Amino acid sequence: MEKFTKHQGIVIPLDRSNVDTDAIIPKQYLKSIKRSGFGPTLFDDWRYLKAGEPGMDHSKREIHTDFVLNQPRYQGGSILLARENFGCGSSREHAVWALEDYGIRAIIAPSFADIFYNNCFKNGILPIVLVEEKVDALFTETNLKEGYRLTIDLEHQFVIEEDELLTEKTPFEVDEFRKYCLLNGLDDIGLTLQYSDDVRAYEEKRKQQTPWLFA
Amino acid sequence: MAGKTLYDKIWDAHVVREEDDGTALLYIDRHLVHEVTSPQAFEGLRMANRGLWRSDSIVAVPDHNVPTTTANRGNGTAGITDPIAKLQIDTLDKNCAEFKINEFHMDDIRQGIVHVIGPEQGATLPGMTVVCGDSHTSTHGAFGALAHGIGTSEVEHVMATQCLIQKKMKNMLISVDGKVGEGVTAKDIVLAIIGEIGTAGGTGFAIEFAGEAIEDLSMEGRMTVCNMAIEAGARAGMIAVDQTTIDYVKGRPYAPVNTDKDNTWDKAVEAWQDLHSDDDAEFDEIVRLYAGSIEPQVTWGTSPEMVLSVNANVPDPASETDAVKSKGISDALAYMGLTAGQAINQIHIDKVFIGSCTNSRIEDMREAAAIVKGKKVADNVKLAMVVPGSGLVKKQAEDEGLDKVFIEAGFEWREPGCSMCLAMNADRLEPQERCASTSNRNFEGRQGQGGRTHLVSPAMAAAAGVAGHFVDIREIK
Ligand code: SF4
Repeated sequence: MEKFTKHQGIVIPLDRSNVDTDAIIPKQYLKSIKRSGFGPTLFDDWRYLKAGEPGMDHSKREIHTDFVLNQPRYQGGSILLARENFGCGSSREHAVWALEDYGIRAIIAPSFADIFYNNCFKNGILPIVLVEEKVDALFTETNLKEGYRLTIDLEHQFVIEEDELLTEKTPFEVDEFRKYCLLNGLDDIGLTLQYSDDVRAYEEKRKQQTPWLFA
Repeated sequence: MAGKTLYDKIWDAHVVREEDDGTALLYIDRHLVHEVTSPQAFEGLRMANRGLWRSDSIVAVPDHNVPTTTANRGNGTAGITDPIAKLQIDTLDKNCAEFKINEFHMDDIRQGIVHVIGPEQGATLPGMTVVCGDSHTSTHGAFGALAHGIGTSEVEHVMATQCLIQKKMKNMLISVDGKVGEGVTAKDIVLAIIGEIGTAGGTGFAIEFAGEAIEDLSMEGRMTVCNMAIEAGARAGMIAVDQTTIDYVKGRPYAPVNTDKDNTWDKAVEAWQDLHSDDDAEFDEIVRLYAGSIEPQVTWGTSPEMVLSVNANVPDPASETDAVKSKGISDALAYMGLTAGQAINQIHIDKVFIGSCTNSRIEDMREAAAIVKGKKVADNVKLAMVVPGSGLVKKQAEDEGLDKVFIEAGFEWREPGCSMCLAMNADRLEPQERCASTSNRNFEGRQGQGGRTHLVSPAMAAAAGVAGHFVDIREIK
């Protein structure tokens, strides 16, 4: 997993609430047995005029020119600005893989769906919850200024807005353990396996108490 | 000290270790696996040279991608026409063989939707922690289990370690008090709950459903309710264990049994008696609904919270003062092709889908068949299909003659799978087609790009198929 320490990038505003995982990556692409290659089909239904199929050359498809990902000013963007309950719906990690493959490193929203939020951390994407007023203000800034960028400092937990005149730092919360894993790019399976003895001891105890769970 | 909730009890029994910040290693008893969210996890294990911690905790089944037409079934995966879908199921078969996992293959009568077959086989037991790379894993909470969906990285983590890294959720109690009226089903109850608390209302919570109307439900009805906990934003929904639970579990293939040597079943039943919230348990939030005021529900929009009684009219964005909500309503109406204020019982449909892990069990089949018996699908309905949740449900229905009832009425009777619930295979809506569906999600494009989904109970879907538009099933005699 790629480390996340400090990141600066262009902000892409996606002004919709309750964006669900079906919208992030439509089901026809879930047939893949791979983890990569989902970027070109991120937000497929909104991005292209007609439904796509896996295996197509997506660069040849006709696009909805007004959808944010298709607007020249947001090209190369890596920070997604979103509305409440982002990532609701299914557990498909393909949604996060699509965002990651597209180049998104952080998502800022007033709230996220639980499973999606969790999946982000497993793939080196930082989901950041900010209060609605702040998110509103960031939407305004992004819409006003072409090439609007933000800096995200995970170590000190700040979203940093910078221009010629001033620097504004907005603090955000992140779980200590998840932060640690992201900062170090750690695979949490390796971490858990350090506790194998605890798991075995637990199993021994439970085999006595609830043998039917081990049949 | 306050007593414990059902969630607290199961959580506490499964914590292997806990850090000071509350991050815990939670032991997982049952891991259900299907073809869509597992290939990358197996690949990850292989790349890291890791094995399974406990292969006997896993039950695997292909469901999302399997064809449901009889012509494409019965010959393993050979009948799958889509090569990419076929590769995914072949990959599951190969992975399960390599890692020695118990899998119900496509031709096995026990094959079906993962959330139908788990309980059907007794692989879901009270007090268990159950996970699956699928958000509707909440279904299994109906057994007094802690069950929730996980992403593929977590699938791999559970495979390798038998544990999940978790922080405890908050406790929410949703009590549905009193009795429901005639014709009001588990589906209507859960849709009404989501209408009440919203699709993010349960985010961060484990929901316990309780109250007389919930206790009155069969296990199948309870599964329908817990299935849609995720649609209310909660990863896990659960219901206390009672005699109904124990009666359902008894005698199923994976359930414990008494033998000459040991009375394991009796011991299990005794342990399960404690699987309810204590009287003095404290919840972070409590929601109460009155069962008597719930009417048959129909969703009108593109989110499960956009739901009303069949006798209501779709909302008018102009009468909503909050600008964001008003836009939400007008966007949904535009997508759904509805006009503000239109009567729901005047909405005409093109297709009917009875199936999915929400409503494809035998009682759902019976409910729907009772409505269509001796009637015909309306002329404006292009396709009406019934997709049983498992091979065993299908067989049971056929033994009861339900297949004939459906076929005579003009329904298609299909092979088990997820089918048009998510339209990964050929079963899907064309743009602008409108469907009365017993599934759980009405998101844009869920049943096919541009398709319009209305979520309803099996009886309501069947009635809409016969009338050609939504009708209040309480008026049908
Ligand atoms: S039936 Fe639908 S909701 Fe249930 S597991 Fe299959 S695709 Fe998911």
